[in-house]
Amino acid sequence: MKKERSYRDSVHFMGRFWILGALAMLVAVPVAICIYYSAWPPFGGVLKGFLSVAPIFWTVGVIEVFTYVPMLGTGGSYLGFVTGNLANLKVPCALNAMDRANVKACSDEGEVVSTIAIATSSLVTTVIIAAGVLLLSQIEPFLESPVMQPAFDNILPALFGALGVVFVSKNWKIALAPLLFMIVLFLLVPSLASSVGILVPVGALIAIGVARILYKKNVL
Amino acid sequence: MEFNANSGFMYVVVTIVIVYVVLQSIVFLAKAWKRGKQLGMDKQVLKKAVGSSAIFSVAPAVAILLGVIALSKALGFPLPWLRLSVIGSLTYETTAAAAAASAVGATLSQPITDPKIFATIAWVMTLGIIPGLVLVPVLGKRIENGVSKIQSKDSKWGEIFLSGLFLGMISAFLGVVFAHVREGLTGWIPVFVMFASALLMLICGLIRKLFKAKWIEEYALPISLLGGMALSIPITTLVQSIVG
Repeated sequence: MKKERSYRDSVHFMGRFWILGALAMLVAVPVAICIYYSAWPPFGGVLKGFLSVAPIFWTVGVIEVFTYVPMLGTGGSYLGFVTGNLANLKVPCALNAMDRANVKACSDEGEVVSTIAIATSSLVTTVIIAAGVLLLSQIEPFLESPVMQPAFDNILPALFGALGVVFVSKNWKIALAPLLFMIVLFLLVPSLASSVGILVPVGALIAIGVARILYKKNVL
Repeated sequence: MEFNANSGFMYVVVTIVIVYVVLQSIVFLAKAWKRGKQLGMDKQVLKKAVGSSAIFSVAPAVAILLGVIALSKALGFPLPWLRLSVIGSLTYETTAAAAAASAVGATLSQPITDPKIFATIAWVMTLGIIPGLVLVPVLGKRIENGVSKIQSKDSKWGEIFLSGLFLGMISAFLGVVFAHVREGLTGWIPVFVMFASALLMLICGLIRKLFKAKWIEEYALPISLLGGMALSIPITTLVQSIVG
C-alpha cells in the first residue's frame, strides 16, 4: 500500500512538471510569432475572439477534467490532457485497452494499461499527422475524394457504436436511462449536437443516479 | 520580417513543441511499462495494450489529419498541425479559429496574410484550451482521492460509479448520433453506421466464442471502427439513391 502511494505521488510530481512545461511552451508559440514578425495583435480582437469561444470551451475544459481524470487515471490524465483529442480518441482508446486487458480503471493495473494506451495513441497520432503533412501531395486526392467523405464524416458513430456495444451490454441496466434521455434530447433539440461535451456530465449524473437507486435495491 | 504561415520559422517552433510532447509520451510509456513489470503484470498484456491502441488510433488520427488539411488553407500547415497534435481536438480548433478570425473581421475561406490577424487566431486558439492544463495539476490529485475514497468505502459501488461515468459519456456520444434524424432519411446515415459498427463488434464477439479466436479480442474495436467507416460509403450511396 505504501509503495502504491509513492508510485502515484511520483507520477503526480512528474506529471505536473511535464504538463506545466507543455503549458509554458504552448503560450510561448503565439509569443514567438508576435516577436518574430513584430506583429502584436490588437488586444480588443483577441479579447473578442476569446470571449466568443471561452464560455463553451472553458466550460467543456472544466467538465473534461472532472469526467475524464477518473477514467484515465493519473499518468493517463497528465498525458491525455497535453496530447488532446480526448473524446474522439484518447478516452475510447484507454477504455478499450482496459476492458480488453480485463483491468479496472483506477486500479494499479488499470493505471498502467491506460497510460500505455494513451502514450501509444499519442505517438501513433503524431507520426500519422507528421507523415500526412509531409506526404500530403500524394495522399490528398485519396483523403479528399468524395467517395471517402462518408467514412470520415461517420467516424464518431462508428467509434461509439462499437464501444457502446461493449459497455452498454455489460451494464444495460445503468445504461438504459441516460441513453434514452440523450436520444430524446437530441431528437428534440438537434442544435445541442455542437455542445455534446457539456452533456457528458449530465449523462454521467443520470447514469450514476440510476445506478445508485438500483444498487440500493440490490438489482445490480 | 515578411509573414508566411508556412515559413521555416513556423515549422521550427512547431517541431520543438511536438518533440516535447513525443518525449513526454515516451517517458510516460516507459514509466508505466516499468510499473507494470513491477506489479507482476504479464508482458503479453502490456504488449497487447500497445498493439491494439496503435491500430485503433490510425483511423481517428487520419480524421485529425483531415482537420489539419482543412485549416491549412487559411492558416498554413504548422499552426493547425501543432494545435491538432497537441491538446487540440478536431471540433474545438476549427470553431476557435473561425471565431477568432471573425472577431477581427477575417474569414478562414482564404489564406491569412496579415500577421496580426494570424497572431490573434493563434492567441485565441491557445487561450481557449488552457483550463485542462491548469486544472489537471491543481485538481487531479483531489479528484483521484475522491474516487478512491468512494472505492475504499464500498468497492462494489466504486466500480459501479466508474461504469456510470463511462456510460454517461458513451450515452451522450450515442445520443448525438440521432441529432439529424429529423432532417429525413439522410439524417439516419450516422444511425445506420452506428448500428453497422455495433453489429461488427457483436460478430467479432461471436467469432471469438465460436472459433476460440482470442486474438480477435484485441482488434475488435479497430475492426468494427474501420468496418463501420467502410460500410458508411455504401450506406450513404444507398440512402442517397433512395432519396434521389
